[in-house]
Amino acid sequence: MADLEAFRSETRAWLEANCPAEMREPVRDESDIYWGGRRATFKNDAQKAWLEACVAKGYTVPSWPKAYGGAGLSPAEAKVLREEMGRIGARPPLSSFGIWMLGPALLHFGTEGQKQRFLNEIARGEIRWCQGYSEPGSGSDLVSLQTFGEDKGESWVVNGQKIWTSYADHADWIFCLVRTDKADKYQGITFMLFDMASEGVTTKPILLISGNSPFCETFFDDVQVPKSYGDDCPAYVGQINRGWDVAKYLLGHEREMISGADGGDRTAGIGAAMKRHAAKLGDDLDPVLRAELAMFDVDALAYTAMGEKFLDEIKVGKAHPAQPNMMKYAGTELNKRRHEMMMAVGGSRALEWESDATEGGKPSRSWLRTKANSIEGGTSEVMLNVIAKRILDLPGA
Amino acid sequence: MPLYHNEDQAMLADTARGFIAEEGNIARQLRHWRDRNCKDGFGHGLWKQMAEMGFTGMLVDEADGGLGMGHVEAGIVLEEIGRNLTPSPFLTSSVLAATALKHGSDDLKGRYLPGLIAGDSVFAVAIDETAKHRPSRIATRAEKSGNGFKLSGSKSFVIQGASSDMIVVAARTSGGDEDADGITLFAVPKDASGMSHEVVRLVDSSMATHTRFDAVELDGDAVIGEIDGGRAVLDAMLLAGRVGAAAEGVGVARGAMDMTVDYLKQRKQFGKLIGEFQALQHRASHLYSEVEIARAVTIKAQQLLDAGAPSAELMASVAKAKVAKTARLAVQEGVQMHGGIGMTDEYDIGLYMKRDRALAEFLGDAHFHANRVATLSGY
Ligand SMILES: Cc1cc2nc3c(=O)[nH]c(=O)nc-3n(C[C@H](O)[C@H](O)[C@H](O)COP(=O)(O)OP(=O)(O)OC[C@H]3O[C@@H](n4cnc5c(N)ncnc54)[C@H](O)[C@@H]3O)c2cc1C
Ligand SMILES: Cc1cc2nc3c(=O)[nH]c(=O)nc-3n(C[C@H](O)[C@H](O)[C@H](O)COP(=O)(O)OP(=O)(O)OC[C@H]3O[C@@H](n4cnc5c(N)ncnc54)[C@H](O)[C@@H]3O)c2cc1C
Repeated sequence: MADLEAFRSETRAWLEANCPAEMREPVRDESDIYWGGRRATFKNDAQKAWLEACVAKGYTVPSWPKAYGGAGLSPAEAKVLREEMGRIGARPPLSSFGIWMLGPALLHFGTEGQKQRFLNEIARGEIRWCQGYSEPGSGSDLVSLQTFGEDKGESWVVNGQKIWTSYADHADWIFCLVRTDKADKYQGITFMLFDMASEGVTTKPILLISGNSPFCETFFDDVQVPKSYGDDCPAYVGQINRGWDVAKYLLGHEREMISGADGGDRTAGIGAAMKRHAAKLGDDLDPVLRAELAMFDVDALAYTAMGEKFLDEIKVGKAHPAQPNMMKYAGTELNKRRHEMMMAVGGSRALEWESDATEGGKPSRSWLRTKANSIEGGTSEVMLNVIAKRILDLPGA
Repeated sequence: MPLYHNEDQAMLADTARGFIAEEGNIARQLRHWRDRNCKDGFGHGLWKQMAEMGFTGMLVDEADGGLGMGHVEAGIVLEEIGRNLTPSPFLTSSVLAATALKHGSDDLKGRYLPGLIAGDSVFAVAIDETAKHRPSRIATRAEKSGNGFKLSGSKSFVIQGASSDMIVVAARTSGGDEDADGITLFAVPKDASGMSHEVVRLVDSSMATHTRFDAVELDGDAVIGEIDGGRAVLDAMLLAGRVGAAAEGVGVARGAMDMTVDYLKQRKQFGKLIGEFQALQHRASHLYSEVEIARAVTIKAQQLLDAGAPSAELMASVAKAKVAKTARLAVQEGVQMHGGIGMTDEYDIGLYMKRDRALAEFLGDAHFHANRVATLSGY
């Protein structure tokens, strides 16, 4: 305990010295987030300085081992760091699918060679990944995927199409589910890693209802994927044909991330802030709206406690392995409701699609974006199926 | 503090679960006493057994002969009471009245606590004066008279009022009905003359009273805490009671949910187990999520209260409201998914619905507490 308190004051001092004031402002839009990668540019010097300071300290991936670019923090220390960053409103120095999804999978299934190479690049923000899971005919029923890799001995030749590939057009590499055995549905999928600059890879952006276009259709036309990138560094994670295990493990992390269980601001009560917001707009809360906000805050504050409990239990292995599905379900449904409430308080002002007052229609665009929360990473219905089957043990589920 | 039970607490939970499932189950207690039209609505034998288990005095300080445990521990017992719908004076006596008595004089403690700890005494609390929980409004008056007071007014829905050896009464010693100050708490003994009870059986088979105080003469040493300064004690008592009621509600919700999920695995229609129908699976999964969340915030509230954190107030109301909403969902889905049999008296699921209705109302329903959440949050 005394050690943790020492770590807290150390961290506080370090943040004070290293986190620039500009990086303590709330993230306003996409351009405030640094995703890293070969083609990344910094929005300003502060963003660059903040990333570099964190990379040097291992704080882009604080709980990863030091050998792979992390700080090797214990869960308790990582929690202190999160709390201290939260306290000053520090932005994450680096956001990436490498950190949230691929990294944990590599830590669990990767070879030493893969860890050395990819984890360090991810931790330093030098590589940007995208996730090639979904296909036009394979969304919730992911295991039905058809993208095929023909075994050519030293390499595969991959053909097929992915869809909803977030940021595929900005990504350097893809972690991709490819069928390598047509005879076995579950044990015929390989989890491959390859360069998006490979010949035969093309992407086409998809425009969303929010007006943004973070997704792509991704096409593979005779893409050559070598089986190895060198000594102890295969191009596939886990075993050939056993990629489904890796895929599921990674989905668990994706769901946790989307659930907001890590204590992101989306899980706090909003009533008080909404009253202030209404006052700024020269209005007050209707009694019925106030009542709805209060009921929402009850649910939101209760969910915050659940998030805390979930993380505490995960640390000591007490959580049910399917619990992330429940967190994802409850957290995303709550976040959608949160944005419905914010739109209601914002009134007509929240309808502005392009205006300075709304920083480019932020309320309405965010509101629309949250509708994806209960779809991406597995839909709410699929989460409920998993709870029924794995937690409640209902028949035939 | 991590939001799960430590080793000692987990052990207590095991013990409490086994004991209450065995001795406090529905057939043995709730149905047994109800079917005999018992005037108390609960069994004194079980209360005595709970004393032998050390439960009755768990919130009483060690110096006063209790176990000096916290609200996490009391919550463990309450959750099992809720799960088994065990009629028991635990919440009113061991949580509410015991919390009030913490603020009492040594004399008062000496008079009442040994009986509580031994399971010989039962206490009630008399706060509300109307059909809804409105502790901000107290009209019952206590006027100075000689060395003591004369208590006049009435209290409604005093749970186990007629069965109690002592009732903690919140009365006004000065000011107007809606004033925060001017409240005094009294420990009113069973045999105080001028006190009359109209006994009513409630939907959940518990017994309540509308109690009238007709110039009831009380000694000065019946005062718990300070004269005119009782609001703080009242608030502390309510806080403990709300967190306790939330824990019991979690038990009710879990009990109803477990029964229902079991039923889904047994009942066949259309040639299938009804648990195979996705329409029911999804609702069951949603219910499970809500129950987990309600339980998490209840543990949070218990821990904050034990730590003496100022935020316990807010979290207690969050917990009480969340649990009320969740237990309601659990019993409604429970009866519905049981189909016609859920409407029968023979099946237990309906008993959960009745208990939920009464428990949710006790010390403020979901609306009352959501309103408090808004007020405490500044809107
Ligand atoms: C913002 C966003 C980002 C995404 N990013 C990526 C990405 O980077 N990489 C990637 O590979 N994919 C990504 N996806 C795709 C995402 O994983 C899929 O959209 C998701 O798995 C659902 O598949 P689907 O869209 O094909 O819907 P469908 O599977 O067609 O589902 C349609 C509806 O039917 C319901 N349904 C389907 N099956 C069942 C069932 N068994 N029981 C009950 N209901 C069912 C669903 O819940 C849904 O409501 C992203 C999606 C979004 C919205
Ligand atoms: C007060 C009362 C009066 C009644 N009066 C009469 C009467 O006079 N005459 C008479 O003949 N009957 C009477 N009934 C019986 C009534 O018609 C049945 O209770 C009703 O048809 C439901 O059947 P069940 O109770 O067997 O429930 P079940 O069929 O066992 O259903 C249990 C649960 O499973 C759900 N379920 C079942 N199948 C499916 C499915 N395929 N998909 C999704 N969910 C499913 C149900 O909706 C329910 O929630 C009465 C019932 C009640 C409660």
